[in-house]
Formats: sequence, structure tokens, C-alpha cells
Amino acid sequence: MTGDSESDNINRTGKNSEIWNLTLYVAGQTPKSIEAFANLKELCETHLKDKYVINVIDLVENPEMAKNDQILAIPTLVRKLPEPVKKIIGTLANEENVLVGLDIKPVKKNL
Amino acid sequence: MDMKSDLNKITLEKCSSGIQGLDEITEGGLPKGRPTLICGSAGCGKTMFAMQFLINGAENNEPGLFVSFEETQEELEKNFASLGIDLKSLEDQEKFAVEYIYMERSEYEETGEFDLEGLFIRLAYAVEQIGAKRIVLDTIEAIFSGLPNEFILRSELRRLFSWLKSKGLTAIITGERGENTLTRYGLEEYVADCVILLDNPVVDKISTRNLRIIKYRGSAHGSNEYPFLMDEDGISVLPVTSLLLNHDASNEFIRTGIERLDTMLGNNGFYKGSSVLITGSSGTGKSSIGAIFAENTCKNGQKCIIFAFEESPKQIIRNMRSIGIDLQPWADKGLLKFHSTRPTLYGLETHLATIHKIINEFQPDVVIFDPISNLITVGSPEEVKSMLTRLIDFLKSKQITTLSTALRMMGQIETDIGVSSLMDTWIDLKSIETNGERNRTIDVVKTRGMYHSNQVREYKITNEGIKLIDVYLGPSGILTGSARISQISNEKAEKLIRQQEIERKQRKLEQKRQTMAAQITEIKAQFEAEKLELDRIIEQEKLKEEAIEMERNVMAKTRHSNGDK
Repeated sequence: MTGDSESDNINRTGKNSEIWNLTLYVAGQTPKSIEAFANLKELCETHLKDKYVINVIDLVENPEMAKNDQILAIPTLVRKLPEPVKKIIGTLANEENVLVGLDIKPVKKNL
Repeated sequence: MDMKSDLNKITLEKCSSGIQGLDEITEGGLPKGRPTLICGSAGCGKTMFAMQFLINGAENNEPGLFVSFEETQEELEKNFASLGIDLKSLEDQEKFAVEYIYMERSEYEETGEFDLEGLFIRLAYAVEQIGAKRIVLDTIEAIFSGLPNEFILRSELRRLFSWLKSKGLTAIITGERGENTLTRYGLEEYVADCVILLDNPVVDKISTRNLRIIKYRGSAHGSNEYPFLMDEDGISVLPVTSLLLNHDASNEFIRTGIERLDTMLGNNGFYKGSSVLITGSSGTGKSSIGAIFAENTCKNGQKCIIFAFEESPKQIIRNMRSIGIDLQPWADKGLLKFHSTRPTLYGLETHLATIHKIINEFQPDVVIFDPISNLITVGSPEEVKSMLTRLIDFLKSKQITTLSTALRMMGQIETDIGVSSLMDTWIDLKSIETNGERNRTIDVVKTRGMYHSNQVREYKITNEGIKLIDVYLGPSGILTGSARISQISNEKAEKLIRQQEIERKQRKLEQKRQTMAAQITEIKAQFEAEKLELDRIIEQEKLKEEAIEMERNVMAKTRHSNGDK
């Protein structure tokens, strides 16, 4: 729990040591998956430049992976780090919602 | 006919539900390869129902997947282990698997379109792992509270059900009952093949579990509310009114254990598989006759079960010992079983279901209900009658001989519950009070299909069982008790007097005969005497004659009266 507040603090103070571990679950190369990945990539480049890792897990290829993160909806984005785990479902179309969902301080506002 | 049944086979393959009795109501089970919706309020047995369905599959080479949205695998294993079901070993044999799906609404943020492909992939993967043929979704409704966007969820749900069908999975989907709908989220809209409602109403503080098939597309099914039991052996449903009146009629007999009662019943006893009613007021020995019948049944190596609604097994055994019947050894041998309950313990339907279950387990030859009339306290007369009808039909279909006792109030001709018409044999016990004493009589009111005595007999409950006593008819009917005894002694006295009279007459005759003989001897003697006298006289006369002749000759000689030389 202390880790939570610590990571929050790091975000607010804008220290760059924090790495965002993001996993995007998709099921094949569907239009929704492609859209979600494009949206995520853009968002990370804008707001989390050089401090993020994106894993894409295709459940069609690795169906057993779905159980670990309790994935039902596709696409689902899971923020594994920093904790706590957060999940966002959908094509990540609304940037503002994603930022809120992932608890990311938008870069523009920081500036 | 054949074509029709072939057609049925093609269109409606069924899958055994694993729930005792349900297959009978549904004529074969749940629709194979299709989803069935089980709905009901909390705690009415949905999960149990579903689990039993999977376990049945696991035992019949149809592996099953339990998709749980509420309980974790561990919780399920624990809960069912307490019911004696070892899910773990089934899992190890790859005949059963649990897929626990967890959703926490607060974890999810929704932005943009999504679908439930993840769920499909998980299900498909889990199904593939064990080659599942059966699947349970308990309860899929959780997605409505776990995930956002009801619109998408509904369309995905529709897709899920057609996916289940396309995979050929026989599925059970459980759903919580809604206010005015069958399920809170209207699942019945999607699952159109078979809908079963479980219910647990409480009437007069007595709860009864009911099951009703609301819909079964393309299949005949019983439409009533069927009571079911949920206990350590899972769910068992009672196909109560699906029974037809087509049971076999046996020509075999079963002895009552009271020799002279057999005689009254045409020398044979009861028909095997028949129903016997013994009515009588309190203290007439109804239970004793039942116990004797039970003992005799066990003596012949057959199994008997006593459903006692008044006494505990120990009390019955003790009380029956006082009339020389020891039931304990038979209970020890496992031929005799007691089941004592208070009628008010649960509702009629539950009683019926329990009785069914116990009978199915124990497979007795004879069943005794003592007393059946106590069940009246549980329901209305109509309900009791309908329950008893079903019960008796069930027992007859199993060729089990039933002996029921019923308490009869003073002066009542028919029994309260009106079951006598259901019974094949009706034996009535009366206790008659005359001359300041109470005596018991027994008579066979009816017995279907056999000759029987129409004589009212007196009987006594002795420490060697029940003894039927010879009939004594007086000028005003049957004589019982001391009236009978005085009749017996009267008859004895009369007999003695008659005997004495005969003896007296015989003596007189003998005397006469002797007198006559004496007279004959006397006459004979007289005759002999006279004869002697007469003989003597005759002799004398003869001698006299000779003497005269001789004299004459001498005289002639001397006179030479003839002039010779």
C-alpha cells in the first residue's frame, strides 16, 4: 500500500524513474485491436515518452493467458505497474478517459 | 409409430440431468447440445442442480466445465466436499473443471467499443482442455454488474448462447429470479430451449422446494410443480403425478403373521404389492398388527421399513417386546428399518419426497405407515389425499406391500382422510364396551380380489402376540369378553347335564336288560322244573301202561282163554 502512495508521489513530482508496464490484450488482428493499439501507442508517446513498456498479448495465440488477468472483454488494457492494477476496456478511443483510467497526469497540463 | 419415434430421436436428443426424477418429468433429461436456464431466488438450489448435472456427466463420460462467476474453485471444492462430493478427484481425472471468472466493476474503465471475445476464448480453451460436453454458467448475470455497457453485453450474450449451441455443449445457465421476470436481467429472452424454475415457498411456516418446467421447446414435459429434496445426496425430484395407473397385479401372497387373520383373508394373507389399511380407535392394537406383520416379513427374509409418526424406534421396539415381538434382531440384521419423524417437521411434499427417497434406497418388500392419519395435521384433507394417492401409486408400481394404520374417532364410519377407497384391503378394529368392560373385535371390511370372511372376530393382545378367538354368537349378536366366557360356561354346564342324562338312561337300559335277562333265566328254570316234573309223570304213566299190559298177558295165560293144547 505504501508503494501506491509512493508511485503517486513520483508521478506528481514528475520523476522519470517510474516505468509503466502496460499489457494490451487482443484477439487476433481485428479492427478493434488495431485501433486500440494505435490509440495506446499515440497516448504513450505523448504522455509517457521513454517510460513505458507495452506488451501485446494475442489471446487467439495464447488462450491460456486470459485467465491470469481475468480477461473477458477485448480489447482490455491492463496497467500492471505502477500498482494498483487498473483495467480499461474498449478501443481506448477517448484519450481523456484513458488518462483518467490509467491515472496518468497529462503532459500538457504539467507544462 | 416407428417413423415418429425416429424423428423424435433426430430432433430431440436428450441428456440425462443426473437429478433423480427430473429425467422422468422431462422424458429423458435436458435438451442435448442446447442451453437450459435454471432460475430461482437465492438459496433454492441452482448451483447444486448445475453441479449435479456436471457430476452425472463426469460419471458418464461427458466431461463438464463449471464456469463460476461467484465462487472460486476452492470455495466450490470446499462446499461440495461438505456434501460428500469430491470435485478434486474428478478434476484430477480431467472429467471436471472449474473456470472461475472474476469481475470487479471498480477496476474497469470503459472507453470505446469492446466485445467479450476474451470470455469466448477462455471458455473455448477450458472446454478444449478437458473435452467438455457439458457446461454450466453460474451465473452469467454477474457480467451485468461486473462490466459496463449493457447494450454490448446483451448482444454478446446472445452471441454466447449461439456459440454454446454451435459447440454442441449441453449447457445450464443459472439466473437469479427478478421482481416480475424469471431472471433479473431477462436471460430467458436468450435461452429459449428449456427453462426450469426452482422455488422455495413457505406455507404455514413449512417450506417446500418446488421445481417447475416453464418451457421445453419441442418436448413433452410435466407441467406441474414438482417437489424436490435437497440433502446430502443432492437434488431428487419426485415425478408425482406422472405415474399412470398401470402397475402390475401380483398373484403372490404375503402372510400377515397372525395365522387366524390369514384364514379370515381367504387363507392366504395379503396380496403382494397391495395396500392395506387398518383403522381403529386408540388402543385397538393397530401398531401391534403392523409390528407383527413387520416381524413376519423379516422372518421370511424380506425387508421392511416402518415410517413412524408417533413413536421413536426404541419406543416401538420396547413396546412390541411387551406383546412378545422382538424387532431388535431384525433391525440389527438390516432387514428392518425405522424412520421416525414428527409429521409437522416438514411439508407434505417433503414428506413424500423423503419417503420416496428412503424407499428407493432401502428397496423394501413391505412398508408400514404408523399412523398415516397423523399426516392430516400437515395439510388440508385434499392435499393429504392427493399425497397419499401418489404415495400408494408409487408403492404399487414398485410392488411393495403397504400397511397403513389410521386412527378412527368414535362413531366415524369413513376414515377422515377418505383413503379407504384407495386401499385394497381394509381391516377394521373396534373396541366395544359392554357390561362394564372393553373388548376388541376385528373384521375385514373389504379385500379386493379374494374371498374373505365376513365374520367379526374377537381378538386379544397377549404377551405372545395377537390371538384371534373363536366366535360366539348370542341371541343379540356376537359375544365378547365375559359375555363370551359366560356363554362358554353355560354351554359347558348344559353339556354336562346332557351327558349325565345320557348316562342315566344308559344305566336304566342296562338295568332293564339285566332284569329281562333275570326273568328269562327264571322262566327257563321254571320251565326246566316243569319239564322235569312232566317227564317224570310221563315215565310213570308209561310204566303204569306196561304194568297193565303185562298183567293182562299173565291173566290170559292163566285162563287159557284161547283153547289151545
